[in-house]
Amino acid sequence: MRLGNLLQLGIKELRGLARDRVLLVLIAYSFTFAVYEGANTLPETLNRAAIAIVDEDHSPISTRIGMAFTAPYFSTPRLISQYEMDRRMDAGLDTFALDIPPDFQRDLLARKAPTIQLNVDATRISQAFNGGGYVEQIVNAEIAEFLARTREAQTPQIDLALRARFNPELKRSWFGAIDHLIMSITMLSIILTGAALIREREHGTIEHLLVMPVTPLEIMVSKVWSMGAVVLVASALSIAFVVKGWLAVTIDGSVALFLVGTALQLFATTSMGIFLATVAGSMPQFGLLLIMILLPLQTLSGSMTPRESMPQFVQDIMLAAPNTHFVMLAQAILFRGAGLEAVWPQLAALAVIGGVFFVIALRRFRAFLA
Amino acid sequence: MSTTIAAEAPAAVGSVVHLEGVGLSYGKTRALESITLDLPSGRMVGMIGPDGVGKSSLLALIAGARAIQEGRIHVLGGDMASARHRRNVCPDIAYMPQGLGRNLYPTLSVFENIDFFGRLFGHDKAERNRRIAGLLRDTGLTPFADRPASKLSGGMKQKVGLCCALIHDPELLILDEPTTGVDPLSRRQFWELIASIRDSRPGMSVIVSTAYMEEAAQFDFLIAMNAGRVLATGTPAELKRQTGADTLDDAFIRLLPEAERSNHSNVVIPPRDKDHEEIAIEADHLTRRFDGFVAVDDVSFRIRKGEIFGFLGSNGCGKTTTMKMLTGLLPVSEGTARLFGKTIDAGDMSVRRRIGYMSQGFSLYSELTVAQNLHLHARLFELPADTIAARIDEMIARFDLADVVDALPDALPLGLRQRLSLAVAMIHAPDILILDEPTSGVDPVARDRFWQILAELSRKDNVTIFVSTHFMNEAERCDRISLMHAGRVLTSDTPAAIVAARGTATLEQAFIACLEEAIADTADAAPPPAAASVAPAETSAPPRKHSAAFNPTRMLAYSRRETLELRRDPIRATLAILGSVLLLFVLGYGISMDVENLTFAVLDRDDSVISRDYSLQIAGSRYFTEKSPITDYAELDRRMRSGEIGLAIELPPGFGRDVSRGRHVEIGAWVDGANPTRAETLRSYAQAIHATWLAQKGRELYGDAAIAGSYQLQLRYRYNPDVRSVVAMAPGIIPLLLIMIPSVLAALAVVREKELGSIVNFYVTPVTRLEFLLGIQLPYVVLAFANFLLLVGFALTVFRVPFTGSFPTYAAAALLYVTATTGIGLVISSFMKSQIAALFGTVLITLIPAIQYSGLIDPVSSLQGAGKMIGLVYPTSYFVTISRGTFSKALGFATLHNELLALAVMIPVLVTAGALLLKKRAR
Repeated sequence: MRLGNLLQLGIKELRGLARDRVLLVLIAYSFTFAVYEGANTLPETLNRAAIAIVDEDHSPISTRIGMAFTAPYFSTPRLISQYEMDRRMDAGLDTFALDIPPDFQRDLLARKAPTIQLNVDATRISQAFNGGGYVEQIVNAEIAEFLARTREAQTPQIDLALRARFNPELKRSWFGAIDHLIMSITMLSIILTGAALIREREHGTIEHLLVMPVTPLEIMVSKVWSMGAVVLVASALSIAFVVKGWLAVTIDGSVALFLVGTALQLFATTSMGIFLATVAGSMPQFGLLLIMILLPLQTLSGSMTPRESMPQFVQDIMLAAPNTHFVMLAQAILFRGAGLEAVWPQLAALAVIGGVFFVIALRRFRAFLA
Repeated sequence: MSTTIAAEAPAAVGSVVHLEGVGLSYGKTRALESITLDLPSGRMVGMIGPDGVGKSSLLALIAGARAIQEGRIHVLGGDMASARHRRNVCPDIAYMPQGLGRNLYPTLSVFENIDFFGRLFGHDKAERNRRIAGLLRDTGLTPFADRPASKLSGGMKQKVGLCCALIHDPELLILDEPTTGVDPLSRRQFWELIASIRDSRPGMSVIVSTAYMEEAAQFDFLIAMNAGRVLATGTPAELKRQTGADTLDDAFIRLLPEAERSNHSNVVIPPRDKDHEEIAIEADHLTRRFDGFVAVDDVSFRIRKGEIFGFLGSNGCGKTTTMKMLTGLLPVSEGTARLFGKTIDAGDMSVRRRIGYMSQGFSLYSELTVAQNLHLHARLFELPADTIAARIDEMIARFDLADVVDALPDALPLGLRQRLSLAVAMIHAPDILILDEPTSGVDPVARDRFWQILAELSRKDNVTIFVSTHFMNEAERCDRISLMHAGRVLTSDTPAAIVAARGTATLEQAFIACLEEAIADTADAAPPPAAASVAPAETSAPPRKHSAAFNPTRMLAYSRRETLELRRDPIRATLAILGSVLLLFVLGYGISMDVENLTFAVLDRDDSVISRDYSLQIAGSRYFTEKSPITDYAELDRRMRSGEIGLAIELPPGFGRDVSRGRHVEIGAWVDGANPTRAETLRSYAQAIHATWLAQKGRELYGDAAIAGSYQLQLRYRYNPDVRSVVAMAPGIIPLLLIMIPSVLAALAVVREKELGSIVNFYVTPVTRLEFLLGIQLPYVVLAFANFLLLVGFALTVFRVPFTGSFPTYAAAALLYVTATTGIGLVISSFMKSQIAALFGTVLITLIPAIQYSGLIDPVSSLQGAGKMIGLVYPTSYFVTISRGTFSKALGFATLHNELLALAVMIPVLVTAGALLLKKRAR
């Protein structure tokens, strides 16, 4: 492997990329607007949730509860009859239906511990989970305030001082921004290297390279480094200007360490790009493969939902994917400010996976050229 | 050529095609400029001229495959601008576009390809079989009926294309460069075939474009074209007379405008200096096999230093493979290849420095400028850095590239691009040049110029040149040539000696004689076509010439063909069959809201019975998993940072004592806020457990009075009592998957045809837009429905999602839904040009409304504005309701009939929109 060739071939890749407007737009979009949007459009679990109230009590307290559900979490509650309730829930019109029984206020004051029924459409899982809690809290607060005027509560004075670390206000935008950055890094590194190889093949230039004093290893390494470098630079700029600047996300850890991790991740994903391009042969086929590869890589790596809640075998399989380790590393460094002492296992795993992917891709690439 | 094609040309009875002021532009490029012509009927009309002068555009316009922009075109007595006339005459016109087998389907066999066309023209099975058998027999393709079109040689592909064109007895046959890239024997056979067809159908008119002047010399009537204009028309003899030239080649060059002709001079190659007898290239019994097929079979030759050595033969005869072995691109299976006495080793870099190679077709970087291309190659050949600039200047001067140094290659004419390729191949001053069909498609003036440079390199610089070509006049300029066929060298000598040995008049005839001998020798596997009765002659009142508005046979022809193609494309088939199941699996497990196995650890500074009871309370919850206790803050910090624990609890010193005495105590708790959703869940669980513990302790310590006066909130999780994510997710994901993948596949199916060129079959055959779209849609509807069954089966068995409602209702809705979603794909395909755009565009266009506005997350009832409007008209909204209703809510047809009706209404709307947007001609 000669450095001069790597440099020249890499520069050629960069020049080629500079002329490909579609890819340039894609890079620019993925590292700016996609990250920004990712931060802002991540849906809050409760957004104008549809709630209906069956008020069989018609007392001050039941009216009070009915008025407590407001935007943005809930849409204005609809007052319905018990008969309507089942039909509306079947049709999926309401997610929550709160049934306040007759004589609720009287029983409450008479210490008879009456029961309010909250019907939740559990097929809307995200709303069902957190929304149920919200409804409970709101009802609790309304009743507590109502009761506070009548008597005092006597409970032991044991408080749970619960604080969220690293993201005290639990801002979703922070999470969404980094999540999308990781997505863009993986997607673009695969697309850019894959497209670079397919372009050469479709134009017949790969053959041309091979009659020159250049080895397959040099061709592959030059694609890996040049496309990896583009994505690395784009990620660094995106962190500096989009994540830190535009979105004002506080980053605790060392961005440099994150970029080292990114470089290792790119080593693995660019090799993957080469591999997929040799399997696919043409751009459309590459695109189809990409759909089948990228989605599992994104969803099962722990960037969208935590790994712990996936079945054990899925967790085990996903240990072979570079994304899993990269997500752990990114979250540890960027959110929790972890240093090298905490993330070295992920760095090591990425290096090993990258090495294995590289060797497999190189073998496949050599066979593909022959 | 030995056959006289013009034998019995009937008297011209008028014009078959009449053009008046026809013009055409592609964007800013002007392809045709006010062409006015009359083409005589019943004749063989040839269009001559180099690549890119507008021949193909003109033929496509005549065939009705391209929309008319300017002027009037009358074909077979009617105006081609009228859709009605086009529909009426299209069964009488057959069109074979340029490019070897461009309108064939590469994965389909020869028989299946011809059969598809037969179906499009409405022949029944017996009729098709009879016609196909006849056509195959006459073209000598019978032994290859089951071979996929992609595995045929160029000549065979063209014969299959001809069979496809002739299956419906056309009156006008339009052939666009049918013999480019085909060997002389196949070419002659091709023309014999055409001649015999014309004999049996004397009224048939044939319009052909060609770059071979020798062929054109045999035609009845010629149109010479250049730069979008007609230079001259007339019989070959008239053209020669007009220009006072001996050959048609010369005649054409003389017809060119002064500016283009000025730098033309006849190529004169001085005799070779016999001093150099050193062997530059030596092939000794070279053999190359690919998976049991012998591409190059025992080839031997020697090329001396400074010699121009020509290689002739058809496409796929082994020329390129031999050249690749000599460059070291391909390893040799048997035998040896030597350069200057040194055996070539594929890995040996020093060999590569001595060779300059031009591969077939243009293969420089179109994204680099001329200067950048030269620079890159100079660098890769490791020329000393200080000499590079001088060397590049030298090349630019020598190959006359000064005007275009900063241009991109794609913007240059083909002749100039080939000169650039040669300059690049020469940048490192190699001793040997290996050129694979360098002049294919280049106009005669540029070709002569190219050869002038080759002559100079050979004679002045003593460069050994090994060149392959299809042009006989180029072969005649070589010092020696080899004729190749089916992997073997037939003969190898000077052109004059070969002609003399065969006793023929021309090199081409000598070549054909060699080929015939070789074919007779090898086997009678592929007998030369008996120029006997051609199928159409024996027609028995074909059931055709009706163009009903909708013909199910034609629709099913497309369905059948699409199914065959899909079955033979592993990546598309995998996506179609397993893609959705894979994604259900991924999303079902990946987007899980079930929160389990949350990790926590305790920093217990008290270590009393009560404090341990508190930790046990959390550890006992099914949601939490306890990790080893924490000893100090530093450890707490480290373990939280590394993500090992999600919740840390600190119990203060004296916790147990203070609780017992009813003092105010504060427990410290930290949750990992990195993932806000998980943090919220963690927080609410921690609070709930704390509250339960508190209530328990309260009762133990203060008695029941502490909790009296309260109320209960009873939570009823309906439809999914265990609140399992997957139970809720699966019925929502199925609609999502059944829109994304079927619409992508349907969109790809149409756009693929556009990109690969076979869409032209739709343009020029009687198939209507509706038949075409429905025909393509049908297999994808069937496939998507099978997918639906697979997904439901997977949800029931693997994810164990209970199904409570009416399955027939669900299945009926699914059928309607997938018909609608494939319909969306077809609508999208009408404005997508490339497959890759269709792929990503369709995913984006379908996923966003399906996820955001179709009630998957928020019910449509709680949406506002545009989102609500989209939700109300999007099929996914209705299918999500049906899916959840039948899966989880035990509903059936009685409650869901409105949703079913809504889906049913969308289908005709989408199909009509698709048909209206689809163009029946190229624009």
